[in-house]
Amino acid sequence: MPKRTDIQSVLVIGSGPIIIGQACEFDYSGTQACRVLRQEGLRVVLVNSNPATIMTDPEFADATYVEPITPEYVEKVIAKERPDALLATLGGQTALNCAMALDKAGILEKYGVELIGASIEAIERGENRQQFKKIVEQLGGESARSVICHSVDDLLSAADDLGYPMVVRPSFTMGGTGSGIAYDEADLRRIGGSGLAASPTTEVLLEESILGWKEYELEVMRDRADNTVIVCSIENLDPMGVHTGDSITVAPAMTLTDREYQKMRDLAIGIIRAVGVDTGGCNIQYAVNPADGRLIVIEMNPRVSRSSALASKATGFPIAKIAAKVAIGYTLDEIRNDITAREDGQSTPASFEPALDYVVVKVPRFAFEKFPEADPTLTTHMKSVGEAMAIGRNFTEALQKALRSLESKHAPFDWHKHFDDDLASESTKAALLEEISVPHDGRLKKVMDAIRAGATPEEIFDATAIDPWFVDQLALINEVAVQLIDAPELTPDLLRLAKRHGFSDEQIGRIRGLSADVVRGVRHALGIRPVFKTVDTCAAEFAARTPYHYSSYDEESEVQPRAEGKEAVIILGSGPNRIGQGIEFDYSCVHASLALGSEEGGAGYETIMVNCNPETVSTDYDTSDRLYFEPLTLEDVLEIVHAEQQAGPVAGVICQLGGQTPLGLAQGLADAGVKIVGTSPESIHLAEERGAFGRVLADANLPAPKHGTATSYPQAQRIAHEIGYPVLVRPSYVLGGRGMEIVYDDAALEAYLEKYVANGLINERQPVLVDRFLDDAVEIDVDALFDGEELFLGGVMEHIEEAGIHSGDSSCALPPITLGREEIDRIRRSTEAIARGLDVRGLLNIQFALASDVLYVLEANPRASRTVPFVSKATATPLAKAAARVMLGESIADLRAIGVLPATGDGGHLPDGSPIAVKEAVMPFDRFKTADGRTVDALLGPEMRSTGEVMGFDAFFGTAFAKAQAAAYGSLPLSGKVFVSVANRDKRHMIFPVKQIADMGFEILATAGTAEVLRRNGVTATVVRKHSEGEGPDGEPTIVGRIWAREVDLVINTPHGATSGGSPRMDGYDIRTAAVSTDIPCITTIQGLGAAVQGLEAMRRGDIGVRSLQDWAAQLRPSAPSAPSGEA
Amino acid sequence: MALPAKNQTPALMVLEDGRTFRGESFGAEGETFGEAVFSTGMTGYQETLTDPSYHRQVVVMTAPHVGNTGMNDEDRESSRIWVAGYVVRDPARVTSSWRSQRTLDDDLRAQGVVGISGVDTRALTRHLRERGAMRVGISTTETDPERLLVRVRESGEMTGLNLSESVSTAEAYVVPAQGTKRFTVAAVDLGIKANTPRMMSERGIEVHVLPATASLADVQAVAPDGLFFSNGPGDPAATTAQVELLQGALRAGIPYFGICFGNQLFGRALGFGTYKLKYGHRGINQPVMDRTTGKVEVTAHNHGFAVDAPLEGSTSTEFGEATVSHVCLNDDVVEGLELRDASGALTSFSVQYHPEAAAGPHDAAYLFDRFSELMTERKGA
Repeated sequence: MPKRTDIQSVLVIGSGPIIIGQACEFDYSGTQACRVLRQEGLRVVLVNSNPATIMTDPEFADATYVEPITPEYVEKVIAKERPDALLATLGGQTALNCAMALDKAGILEKYGVELIGASIEAIERGENRQQFKKIVEQLGGESARSVICHSVDDLLSAADDLGYPMVVRPSFTMGGTGSGIAYDEADLRRIGGSGLAASPTTEVLLEESILGWKEYELEVMRDRADNTVIVCSIENLDPMGVHTGDSITVAPAMTLTDREYQKMRDLAIGIIRAVGVDTGGCNIQYAVNPADGRLIVIEMNPRVSRSSALASKATGFPIAKIAAKVAIGYTLDEIRNDITAREDGQSTPASFEPALDYVVVKVPRFAFEKFPEADPTLTTHMKSVGEAMAIGRNFTEALQKALRSLESKHAPFDWHKHFDDDLASESTKAALLEEISVPHDGRLKKVMDAIRAGATPEEIFDATAIDPWFVDQLALINEVAVQLIDAPELTPDLLRLAKRHGFSDEQIGRIRGLSADVVRGVRHALGIRPVFKTVDTCAAEFAARTPYHYSSYDEESEVQPRAEGKEAVIILGSGPNRIGQGIEFDYSCVHASLALGSEEGGAGYETIMVNCNPETVSTDYDTSDRLYFEPLTLEDVLEIVHAEQQAGPVAGVICQLGGQTPLGLAQGLADAGVKIVGTSPESIHLAEERGAFGRVLADANLPAPKHGTATSYPQAQRIAHEIGYPVLVRPSYVLGGRGMEIVYDDAALEAYLEKYVANGLINERQPVLVDRFLDDAVEIDVDALFDGEELFLGGVMEHIEEAGIHSGDSSCALPPITLGREEIDRIRRSTEAIARGLDVRGLLNIQFALASDVLYVLEANPRASRTVPFVSKATATPLAKAAARVMLGESIADLRAIGVLPATGDGGHLPDGSPIAVKEAVMPFDRFKTADGRTVDALLGPEMRSTGEVMGFDAFFGTAFAKAQAAAYGSLPLSGKVFVSVANRDKRHMIFPVKQIADMGFEILATAGTAEVLRRNGVTATVVRKHSEGEGPDGEPTIVGRIWAREVDLVINTPHGATSGGSPRMDGYDIRTAAVSTDIPCITTIQGLGAAVQGLEAMRRGDIGVRSLQDWAAQLRPSAPSAPSGEA
Repeated sequence: MALPAKNQTPALMVLEDGRTFRGESFGAEGETFGEAVFSTGMTGYQETLTDPSYHRQVVVMTAPHVGNTGMNDEDRESSRIWVAGYVVRDPARVTSSWRSQRTLDDDLRAQGVVGISGVDTRALTRHLRERGAMRVGISTTETDPERLLVRVRESGEMTGLNLSESVSTAEAYVVPAQGTKRFTVAAVDLGIKANTPRMMSERGIEVHVLPATASLADVQAVAPDGLFFSNGPGDPAATTAQVELLQGALRAGIPYFGICFGNQLFGRALGFGTYKLKYGHRGINQPVMDRTTGKVEVTAHNHGFAVDAPLEGSTSTEFGEATVSHVCLNDDVVEGLELRDASGALTSFSVQYHPEAAAGPHDAAYLFDRFSELMTERKGA
């Protein structure tokens, strides 16, 4: 069936800001969808509030709305654009929920918009547990058995039926309060009894426990002719009980016979049909009892998911792309497989099931170090912030590659000569078995330790329920390590064996007491190098024409020679997402590839991408000319460079765009003789090393806050006394403000050093940086481009929060809202001086602080920053593309001439009437609970903790801010109750904005002290009890109780300064966590309050409009050529 | 290379064009020859190994890990392993399945099947894809590739070989219908897989499995409602007796259903030629279009030969109008034939792939229903 002719325009909804559980995999799927739909000649309208995405680049849609993904705003877009259809299955749960809300509100019907991909009914059938259970039953499948109970008697009789252990879930309690696992009758009486009491309907659901069962997923696609295919099977190494996003997962499934696999396949096809996902993809999860093979269907996602992104990368079958095509009417057999090539030049169709001749392993990346109070136990709630994927020709190779892809020195297995002595005792084994019985970050390494300590496979299985086949693979890795330890010399055979099982030069070196460089030297001298195989969807049955490669220590390499006259540029990506290094860096890497490639307007290089993050656009085989899905370590990158040099000329490697990861490789690559394009490794070092950078600043006559570096407490104390408290302390060479704190006294400083010296972040090579902390300063972020001659000021961003809050977590405005022309000129001059001093070629990010009219330089990073995509979108200028071309030798003048950059002016001088862009950070606090089940504190600080960002874009600051808030946290309320509690130092600044809020008709609630101040200023405030005061004699609730009861619509609570401990601070903690848990907007800075007032005013003035980036661009860059139509 | 696995005996593999791979012995030690073919299935190695169609073939598994779920008595498709040799990259050291009874290595050794592990199976597969299926030798006793190559070239070729009689049952046997018996089918065993009679039996068919040497009289002796020809090894062009048997049955108006080899023989009975594919179809992910419904099914394949029939239009034969009913979407190879009488009613059909799956997807199981419907109509007629 060919494309439908009744659809001319499609609205695509993205997934909004990156949050835990919903990351850049939806940029990957959305970008694919937009590309496909435009290629098909459809008008694509896009809504996504996340500026860091590729999909929101203006060339990927006809009309791109960086607007909040809420029914109100999306309706405005629909009213304006009148699309024929809405595609909501590629933007995660956010898009799906928005589509459901639009339907419920009758908006889709009102405007005659057809939901394509999956119907409302299908979405409901897939997501409603009872309906889904019924469907599974009708297909002859099983769901977990469960019983609804209303009394203790019910509980006990249900227990006879279900058997222990079982899961106890009280109905309708907040956030699953009162759930637990009952292992015996006493547990059941205790947990179930209190569950009955806690449930407003005195109802508890008992469910059989499937903890420890084997866990699988299948990715299914279906078209409107009812053709279905299974794209991929995935097996979780971590059994049931750990969220699949937090599990180590393996593709294809490793421990299924064909019978069991086909049973799952039959169910999957039955389910996608019965649920009615007519066109598109879905994901179905299963559990299998390892003892008897009983198969249970857990759930399905009636949309493209994180697992589909993984499956796409794992197989080469682009699920989102095909989902978009089937959504507009094509059938699977009409869609060609891009990767394969038959002898007659045709390709095979998409109506097949990929066959893999390799193993894919995905490992999660966590950020518990950012939330020290959070409970690190892995549960069914996802906690990881990113993932790395690796491909090998066997499991051991893939697993070890994946672990080193995580870029955490604690992740890879680690042996050394005296390892046995450390683990010799029986008590060590027992302790390890105990430790691995609870899933946590790093468990696999502990499993390896347990094997090393003598635990038998049975003991490991009993403790972890990890499948014996995987346990044996770990044992195999260990046996190789033992051979490496015991061998009198490192023979070629042994070296080959170790490489075949994924050992890095680093690991081998550590075991043999050699440096990685020496191991590499020996290896190269012996000619032991990896070959590069191809991901081809068909296990080599057909020729592959897409160079999607992975390394393996095998026999035959498949890297093709470069076309005559072509030079390659290798772009190093940013690895797994983590807090501080995420999608923004992938954005820049993708842009470099687009700018340097052979497509229209590109610089004509062959682009080669290296990355190991399966969620990203950069690892789409369509993005670059060649893709290497490989770990970003020196060893792995050097092998790729070598292979590519064999294939043809290589102009150089770009290390500047992928964040700290490639930057950290630059020196090693240069030392190995690899050409680094753009800013030199020496310059990078110059910016990172405090003393050297101080000299650069001194030469340019630029002030920096007083500072020093130390490696011990006495040194640090001396510096702190010299420059005066408070001081800002942080380890060097880190991204995202890792370990950054504001310290107010000696005791805190000593504790700080103790902690970070102990965990190795501070040492002789990485001293702690101690800076004077500038109270009350305005912080300014600058992204600029420098070609050695000319400076192009990309954008000047003014932080809304004052200095002291990490730039990644603070909201900011561009153009700056309170800075005048003179200040911007000073910023420009300072930026240029630093760019010259560091000899930058490409991008430069500088943070300034303006205090008492002095412009201090806080830090400079000669690389792409997190804000590059935001600035690019806010100014309609592709900064990363320009940077990539500057790195390869073009000048800013050249780029102005060809229209990549504006002919005149820059981001420091935007045309009159330019819009204001507000960036707001999105925090993951609600994801992290302490061991006793409370949410971690929702306070901002100098260490970055946000996972994502949104952009509000409008003509004025107030409306832009209101949009940013709506996009990040849901709309600000237009009426209702506002609770105010601020630190003493903020009381004076609070009065005016709170008065304005009161004047708008809000009821003000305040604690006694704040209420009195307000009253004296003519603002009537209702006094509420502090949390520390407890409930009143007649049960009057405290403010925290009122927030939990959702009686408050907006919370304004600023932290009580330097007070460490004490009740006011704890009050604040409880207030903020209650607000976070109940999704009530919570403003924690006085500057944020001012901005919110402007936002409220704008919202109350009436209709806030929506406008596409393409429209704004006409205003921002009147002379620019319009975005090219068709493929970007 | 000293693999920390149980078996460290070196093994040598030489293809008839001289390409050589070295690895470690897997399964039995010794020397073996056969036609090298690759299979891309990621599950179902036990079914593959016990499929008689692989007789005289050395199977290369493209999936790197083989043997993970061990071997059991339920999943075998015949009483023995038929492959002449087995090539894998990473054999399992332990098995993991609640149904596993033995290791794969145990069974290979017990049945004397010589294998090799630790070779770059992808390189080998690419080689076979480019050069076509060819003879191969695996040896744990020979260390000189040149000497092994001489013996490879002396070994027999697949083309022109009639093998079905050597894999067929010696004696006829009956697989009773499950539930109420609705039909009787004479199934000629040319290398039949256990799942085929099982799937018929589930549909109320009493299956009389007959030896490959069965005559038309033998077939008629069971008074069948339908005739079935199974899959099996060998060159269809070298088989004449069964073609004649089939022609006789068609003349007698017995509805016919054929699978795989049974499709090729049906093609020959209708007057079409057959030819050897460059490297065959072996895997469980092949997209086939049923042209009668326009639907795509993902199917299990194992064939090195194919029918040469015109994709478009129909061909008039002595038995009626023959058309190509199924086509492989990967390469347009004929995957099914249909025969209709003058009124346009279906009288016989066959498919080149495996609706009985095992291993493989169940998408094409409807063909057994189609066979039942056909027999119902013929019975009524």
